Amino acid sequence: MSDLLDFARGPALQVSVMIFIFGVLYRLISLFLTPKNFIASPARENVKGAFGAGVGEIVRRMIPDKEYMRKEMFAFLNGWAFHIGLAITVFGLAGHIMFFKKILGFGWWNLPSNFVMLAGVITLFSLIASLAHRLTDPVLRKLSTLDDYLSGGLTVLPVATGLLATMHLGLRYETLIAIHILSVCIFLIYFPFGKLMHAFLVFVTRAKTGVEMARKGVKL
Amino acid sequence: MAKLFKNMFATSESTALTLGEELAQKGVSRRQILKFSSYVAALMALPASYSTAIAESLSKARRQSVIWLSFQECTGCTESITRSFSPSLEDLIFDFISLDYSEALMNVSGSAAEAARKQAMEENKGKYIVVVEGSIPLDKDGIYSVSGGHTNLDVLKEVAKDAMAIISMGTCASFGGIPAAHPNPTGAVGVHEIIKDKPIINVPGCPPIPEVMTGTIAFLLSLGKIPELDHLGRPKAFYGDNIHDRCYRRPFYERGEFANSFDDEGARKGYCLFNLGCKGPVTYNACATIKWNGGVSFPIQSGHGCLGCSEPGFWDKGSFYSPLSTPTSGLGKAAMGAAAVGTAGAVVASLVQRKRRENILKAAAVPKPTETKLGADDE
Repeated sequence: MSDLLDFARGPALQVSVMIFIFGVLYRLISLFLTPKNFIASPARENVKGAFGAGVGEIVRRMIPDKEYMRKEMFAFLNGWAFHIGLAITVFGLAGHIMFFKKILGFGWWNLPSNFVMLAGVITLFSLIASLAHRLTDPVLRKLSTLDDYLSGGLTVLPVATGLLATMHLGLRYETLIAIHILSVCIFLIYFPFGKLMHAFLVFVTRAKTGVEMARKGVKL
Repeated sequence: MAKLFKNMFATSESTALTLGEELAQKGVSRRQILKFSSYVAALMALPASYSTAIAESLSKARRQSVIWLSFQECTGCTESITRSFSPSLEDLIFDFISLDYSEALMNVSGSAAEAARKQAMEENKGKYIVVVEGSIPLDKDGIYSVSGGHTNLDVLKEVAKDAMAIISMGTCASFGGIPAAHPNPTGAVGVHEIIKDKPIINVPGCPPIPEVMTGTIAFLLSLGKIPELDHLGRPKAFYGDNIHDRCYRRPFYERGEFANSFDDEGARKGYCLFNLGCKGPVTYNACATIKWNGGVSFPIQSGHGCLGCSEPGFWDKGSFYSPLSTPTSGLGKAAMGAAAVGTAGAVVASLVQRKRRENILKAAAVPKPTETKLGADDE
């Protein structure tokens, strides 16, 4: 067992998990404690209830509008493939579940390792495809910031190194697993402070948009 | 046993003859030497043709003088080597080596034993093999382990000076082992941290597999050279593969079938022990192939995960029962602390923001807000 693995499983993981928890809670609680906005205009009459509007907007945004379906087909399919693959990879592998169990105090059933590996491969390719799309689409490229590339790159690393570790490719297993854990540490440290935070905020912000739109009487 | 001890301490007379001549005198046939040689070739994963070459070189060799030093140890390595099946310790002692000094196995003691060691060193200057069992304490000039008024450190330096090669037998001699576990009260270290000018072969394990010990000695005797070693100085033939790769439970790992406790359904079905802290994926040893007790079983086959005992510092790598994918240190308190600081920080920041906003609203004499709860979009 290498010293690198000891460092990764010890201080690196401890510090990165602490920063992750601190950052996520700080951002979420700050957001929910933000003072209410002053809105002088009265709400439209006979608008949807806030709950219905919020949930409706979350569901509506899961598929592109018909008008843009053709144009957005790649982003739509690739996005779903990536997110489902990532969820399977992160929450389905026995080793990962053991990690969550150590922190949360409870675990769940794992999926076959080979199946998770397949999901990991799909995730990796879809991530690379999305980064390539971002670089080649002129509009998307213009809209992209360093945060987008960092978020994508820091997600690619744990997936790629995890696959190498599972397949025992390239280096000795203890080195591969150490690099994998260290890449997860970097991901966790960056997570609360960039766009990766959308994992927690995506439904909140979409619901909020739905409520605002409903209040203004926008028909969606 | 009488024959064993007689042979163990045979030195000057026996070393005058070649092994071939000596074995012929005892009625040991060439076929038997070839058989032994084929054991060695097979153990070290050498081509079959090597067995003839080994037999030839063995026949021409002198009986090899071996000095076995015991330092900070539990004698588990000696216990283990006495259970070697092929080649057996008796094979080695009766036919191929002259075990000139071993505190655990020799029947003499005190100054007579020390005299035997010094005689062997004198008669085989530059040719004898030193086997070290146990770590060497360095703190307070090595006073923590003394024999016959000499510290282990002094004895090792004295004996190693004219040795042909050193075999560090067991994890203690190789890497410090359990005596070096945190906080390492005696300042225990492995041989390679003291002796820098001699070839050293590390044969770690707690204890090492008997056949790995005898096989390494036999290789040294037979071919007269150091076997190919890995980055930790271990013979690649025995420490080249990690246990996980050679484990018969590996298919269960691939299928995601694990034992989650030592008496659950998974454990009874013989599923993979990864979740119970098995260190097989990061441990390099021959347990899953050569096995123990003449190939009967090994820890994982007996239902317990690998402890990683052939790796440096295995004792200080966190719980034996923590899976490799989990942190070695407890995260509970750290996580709670981070959560408390994050929450408190957010509350304080929000209160400051509210106060500032109220002041602005007061100054502008604008009515208080009545609407939505959330602030700006943060997607």
